[in-house]
Amino acid sequence: MIKLKVNGKNQQFDGDPEMPLLWVLRDELDLKGTKFGCGMGLCGACTVHVNGQPTRACFTPVSAVANKSLTTIEGLSPDGTHPVQVAWQDLDVPQCGYCQAGQIMSACALLAKTPKPTDAQIDEAMNGNLCRCGTYLRIRAAIHKAAEAAPAKASVKADAKPATRATRAGTRLLPNNKK
Amino acid sequence: MKKANLNRRSFLQATVLAGGGFMLGLYPKAAALAQGPPQAVLVPNDFIRIAADGIVTLTSRNTEIGQNIYNTLPMLIAEELDVDWKDVRVVRPDAHPRYGNQFTGGSSGTPGNWVPMRQMGAAGRQMLIAAAAITWGVVESECTTASGRVMHKASNRSASYGELAMKAAALPAPDFSKLKLKDPKDYKIIGTSTVSTEIKDIVTGKPIFGIDVKMPGMLYAVMQRTPVLGGKAVSANLDAIKALKGVKHAFIIEGRPLRSDYPNYLFEDPGFESGVAIVADSWWAAQSAREKLEVKWEAGKWGTQDSAENAKKAVELSKQTPMRTLRKDGDVDPVFSRTDIKAVESQYHIPFIAHGTMEPQNCTAHFKDGKLEIWSTSQIPQPGRAATAQLLKLNENDVTVHMVRGGGGFGRRAYNDIMLDAAWISKQINAPVKLLWSREDDIQHDYYRCGGFQFMKAAVDKDGKLVAWHDHFVAYGEGNNFAHDGGFQPGEFPARFVPNYRVQSSVMGLGLKTGALRAPYSNSTAWVIQSFIDELANAAGKDPVQFRLDLLTGTPLPLGQRERGLDASRMIGVINLVAEKSGWGKRKLPKGTAQGVAFHFSHSGYFAEVAEVTVNANKKIKVNKVWVAADVGSHIINPSSAETQVQGAVIDGLSEMMQEITLKNGAVVQSNYHQHPWLKMSQAPQIEVHFLKSNNSPTGLGEPALPPILPAVCNAIFTATGERIRTLPITKQGFSFA
Repeated sequence: MIKLKVNGKNQQFDGDPEMPLLWVLRDELDLKGTKFGCGMGLCGACTVHVNGQPTRACFTPVSAVANKSLTTIEGLSPDGTHPVQVAWQDLDVPQCGYCQAGQIMSACALLAKTPKPTDAQIDEAMNGNLCRCGTYLRIRAAIHKAAEAAPAKASVKADAKPATRATRAGTRLLPNNKK
Repeated sequence: MKKANLNRRSFLQATVLAGGGFMLGLYPKAAALAQGPPQAVLVPNDFIRIAADGIVTLTSRNTEIGQNIYNTLPMLIAEELDVDWKDVRVVRPDAHPRYGNQFTGGSSGTPGNWVPMRQMGAAGRQMLIAAAAITWGVVESECTTASGRVMHKASNRSASYGELAMKAAALPAPDFSKLKLKDPKDYKIIGTSTVSTEIKDIVTGKPIFGIDVKMPGMLYAVMQRTPVLGGKAVSANLDAIKALKGVKHAFIIEGRPLRSDYPNYLFEDPGFESGVAIVADSWWAAQSAREKLEVKWEAGKWGTQDSAENAKKAVELSKQTPMRTLRKDGDVDPVFSRTDIKAVESQYHIPFIAHGTMEPQNCTAHFKDGKLEIWSTSQIPQPGRAATAQLLKLNENDVTVHMVRGGGGFGRRAYNDIMLDAAWISKQINAPVKLLWSREDDIQHDYYRCGGFQFMKAAVDKDGKLVAWHDHFVAYGEGNNFAHDGGFQPGEFPARFVPNYRVQSSVMGLGLKTGALRAPYSNSTAWVIQSFIDELANAAGKDPVQFRLDLLTGTPLPLGQRERGLDASRMIGVINLVAEKSGWGKRKLPKGTAQGVAFHFSHSGYFAEVAEVTVNANKKIKVNKVWVAADVGSHIINPSSAETQVQGAVIDGLSEMMQEITLKNGAVVQSNYHQHPWLKMSQAPQIEVHFLKSNNSPTGLGEPALPPILPAVCNAIFTATGERIRTLPITKQGFSFA
């Protein structure tokens, strides 16, 4: 039995401990906001926060997040009022919208750490999130807008606590974007 | 695309809504006549619904795949209906002929709906006015409308649409040909940016995509398809698979034999390939079971196909007499033997590339009691419904296709192969099932943008004028026929603008499905033609912008049958605009930095683009900025999404410069995004978009912005480095994006 806290709610999972977190969220807990893109951590569509750290759920085994606190897109705000969600709406960011949950989760994690990011910092934090429609310019603008709108610590409502280590055993975090 | 004409093909019908309100539908004449008119009333088609509280619900009949059609079409209706956008709700329809044309592709959404959807709104407004006039005993012509109300100024009366809806619904629909549409100067919605109608659902993670569909008792399926086109699954360790935890079913799908390599894969017939289906109680269980799956495949005739061999064959074919001549003006050969000309000869190699929509292909199907229900992101749901009915031997009326938002389309969802597979699996297991592909399935079983080889030769005279143009296009296909969407657009520029012009083709066999990818044909031919024109400008010693303007000047030769040609004056307009905005020739750029220009006409749109790139000593390219000038007619319906469509097309085009699908032993080699990449945020340039409004009916934007970016960048790279890119992806010549 694996216990996890998702969007503030205690959850249990009794299935295959190797099942990637993504499928536990989507098909077991019915949180469909987190998306499947590649299954290899290449596109970022499945980004969620694990103890505040942006994490690719598609290849993170659920056993690796046991007893941890998770935030998904559904946990940012129920009504789209999180500053990042607001900026996304104000600037009409999405096209197809499929990658946007992952983009928003990466953006929130960035702003929690770096409240007023530069373009270069945004690029570095967001480079693991592909947008096949090419909404990058508006994403960048929306992150700046959210940064202006939000007091620094309001960027992430839940799980603002940073992880103690960049990588923990079994938890695959963001790939290092440094080229 | 055929334009829907409401008057000819359809008649209007108004229906009273349960609970009050009004419904205005569009029903096809032919279907109504065949089945008797009451049928249409029983299955009401609701383009417009007005509730008693004034909330207006409009149907967007096309599939939403990121082009923002859920805004565009309702905006057209709302404008002429004369309601406030804030009072509009948008709903998705099912796939049904009663909606007329639901084809989503070919940038046809705007031109195909510009007139009929405005007429739809105007018809609704007219009926509401009629209802008010009857109520008040006044003449219709004295009534006006605004913000969802009808007013009669002389008697100082007004009523909301909600109040009038019941009465309006009982009135006959007006004659569309007599409807008066608004003067564009009075537009309140068209030309004003509206935010995507589903944006809140997107940013809060609501289950609005095909992959999110869920129903009670639903199982999850994966399918291991034949790796080689036309191959067959002969046997598999099905018993071992069925014994795995969570697995409910495992079976071979025999598929349908290929009718032919060429015409088998068209919109109407997406093919039905052989493979092994695994159905489990979770997608992960089904997908994990594939690791244990052992299949004995029969590869069929394409089992030895190899990309390197194809390239060799193309070179051989280029030396032989071409199979067909597609267009010929004057005579190129005597020009090439003249001594007062400068001839340029080049070979361009176009790779196959994949669509790679962010949302992998999926479809949910439920076969029950002889009826089939489908949830699909198809771009052409009506042909999918027909093809599925045919495959399962059902009456089309027993197949319901619900249209769901798709996470990107780009042409991939114009092929309903996954709909057939899902329907077949559901019928086999007699349960609702969601078939979902992995990214690997998606990259390896696409309807690829077709590759090809263009062997170019052209001549400029001593005045720098283009006097001869020859292109031997060695393409893929069968017999004389090009592979689906792998041919040459008849009338393609510079046809008609060069006195001696010849395009010929040869075709070699291909065991790979090909299809429409954003700006089909154009996304590759524009790269070849506009790169080669740059080579010629260089040979002529002329400025690339001036050389192009000179080419477009003069009276063009006539168009051939079935050829579509550009209007030179509109193209000159956008070239001049992009030159002005980009400061072409006027800016002093550092060493290693240069601008390149290109233009292209496709999908009725005129686009000229300038790219500024910096190339470093390691051949790392940074595209700094792109300027786009576009003429897509008199109105930009939704400026916000128009801008982002164009920016996205530019970024998409840059991605294509990195991509390639190759074949080894008949199977696709690449499998996921690491081998078929897309541009990342840090690689995206600034993109400035300028629309030149012309006195032409508005046309589409999804596609025509893409083609010029590839040659514009390659032309800039040439100016910056002296190296001409004639083979894509750019990595073949050692380049990459920084």
